Amino acid sequence: MKNLSMTRAAERPSVWSDRVARGLITASAMVAIVSLVLIFIFIGKEALPIFTSAEIQEEASIGKLFLPQSAGEGAAAEYTWQPVSELPKYSLLPLLVGTLKVTVIASLIAVPLAVLAALYTAEFAPVWVRETVKPAIELLAGIPSVVVGFFCLMVLADWLQGVFGWAFRLNAVTAGIGLSLAVIPIVYTVCEDAFSSVPQAYRDGSVAMGASSWQTASRVVLPAAMPGVLAACVLGFGRAIGETMIVLMASGNAAILSLLPTDSIRTFSATIAAELGEVVVGSAHYHVLFFIGAFLFVITFTINLFGHWWVGRLQKKLQGAS
Amino acid sequence: MKIRGCIGPLLAAGALAGCLVGCGGGGSAAHTVTIKGSDTMVILGQRWAETYMKAHPGERIQVTGGGSGTGIAALINGGTDICEASRPMKEKEKEMVRKRHDREVVEIPVALDGIAIYVPESSTVGELTLAQLKGIYTGKIGNWREVGGPDRRIVVYSRENNSGTYVFFKEHVLDNEDFGREVQTLPGTAAVVNAVSKDPASIGYGGIAYASGIRPVAVKTDDATEGVLPSVATVELRTYPLSRHLFFYTVGTPQGATKRFIDWVLTPDGQKICEEVGFYPLVWK
Repeated sequence: MKNLSMTRAAERPSVWSDRVARGLITASAMVAIVSLVLIFIFIGKEALPIFTSAEIQEEASIGKLFLPQSAGEGAAAEYTWQPVSELPKYSLLPLLVGTLKVTVIASLIAVPLAVLAALYTAEFAPVWVRETVKPAIELLAGIPSVVVGFFCLMVLADWLQGVFGWAFRLNAVTAGIGLSLAVIPIVYTVCEDAFSSVPQAYRDGSVAMGASSWQTASRVVLPAAMPGVLAACVLGFGRAIGETMIVLMASGNAAILSLLPTDSIRTFSATIAAELGEVVVGSAHYHVLFFIGAFLFVITFTINLFGHWWVGRLQKKLQGAS
Repeated sequence: MKIRGCIGPLLAAGALAGCLVGCGGGGSAAHTVTIKGSDTMVILGQRWAETYMKAHPGERIQVTGGGSGTGIAALINGGTDICEASRPMKEKEKEMVRKRHDREVVEIPVALDGIAIYVPESSTVGELTLAQLKGIYTGKIGNWREVGGPDRRIVVYSRENNSGTYVFFKEHVLDNEDFGREVQTLPGTAAVVNAVSKDPASIGYGGIAYASGIRPVAVKTDDATEGVLPSVATVELRTYPLSRHLFFYTVGTPQGATKRFIDWVLTPDGQKICEEVGFYPLVWK
């Protein structure tokens, strides 16, 4: 009898506080999903006239966004972003190249630094160093990006120009270095977790076989934690491509179509931030900005999806091997 | 960790609910004064409207942009009570209003606008003509040597294309041609001033402000005229070439709510807003 009542109490889902708590938690999970869907619907809806409205297409169709356009009679066709003009030109190519350029530069700086730093704190550092370095790097994520951008604009740009004498103080490298400051904490934290969760038995086994600490770290721990490292890179890349304030302040925002890292760049996110505030609602320019937003969303979504799939594949492979 | 995970969404839900409640307020039946026109002036107009409506509950002002041309077209078609224009109305346009409404257009200057051209303090270039400025900003002049400076590539800074200053510069200096592709755009006059002060071969433009490290260039309308330095005085006397009046236009003498609003705009309270958004108040002589 006593036993029966206890099992009942454990199973009983009808305690009101339980129900409320469950309801609240479910609701909070739903809010996140619903917000995401609503945001996507809203952006998609505002971007749609690019495909459907003949009036908007006259100024900005998909072809005009991605193919070279001639600026008036007889002028050579080129890729230009010049939305406020007698003849507005909305070529997305300079912006796409600029966005990718700065993202790649930031990733090239941030990923090796963050992965190696994580490997150091997880594998080599004494406890007190680890306990100092880890929170310090994670604190870096707490710096508002506008502050990082301001630092790049005022200090870093001067310093880089003084050292290298580039024509543009504000360029893809300046912005890329600033951006890497925002990316490092993300990549570092996820990598550190991945390294720490590699079973101790792996290390013990490796050391027992006569491997040095470095051999253990680089050939046992790093491969074992590879899915986590990859996930970290994907997250970092996503952060870099969408970051706005740093690039808005430090990149110079000139829409130059070039692959040179020392040229000024204009990114998608900075373009939206700079132009959406004053654009005439319902104009072609307005819809193009929303199209850029949707495009950016699709890019990060695809990268995340691909990263997810790759991480999953790697995990399966590692588990199969062990 | 679990607690942290659910606080965020809850806050978001709360904010969402708050917004839904907040956005539900309806409008009143009072007559709404509509203002349409210049994109340069749209922020100025909005700030005027906000401050005026706060001080005078019951009055409703609605401000939209679209450009001076759009505003003038709306005035001709009777689609707006007040047209904001950053250029004087052409005689032909006034004639159209006369024909359509059988009344005269009334022009009311409401503010002054002017921008300065900055170079670094160390620069040897003291004055530039409007034609030279146009060459620099469209990318046709790429070296300081061509305008009397040292043999160095010009680094050109501009404002973002959402700014009224950008539009003013484009209209008055570039004659509506496009900016050169290598022109870098920065968010805000402060950023332009900072960049120019740090970069010995640069040029920038913005509101008439003085900061260490930069100095304004005297601007000449053409080769024959004297260079004029920007200042509140030269803008107000209209001797500085990059200055202009900003106007309200109405069909016939303003009446009722429209008149009350315009009268308020011309009071010191209203004129104070000009400075807050980067323009100059009118001086009444």
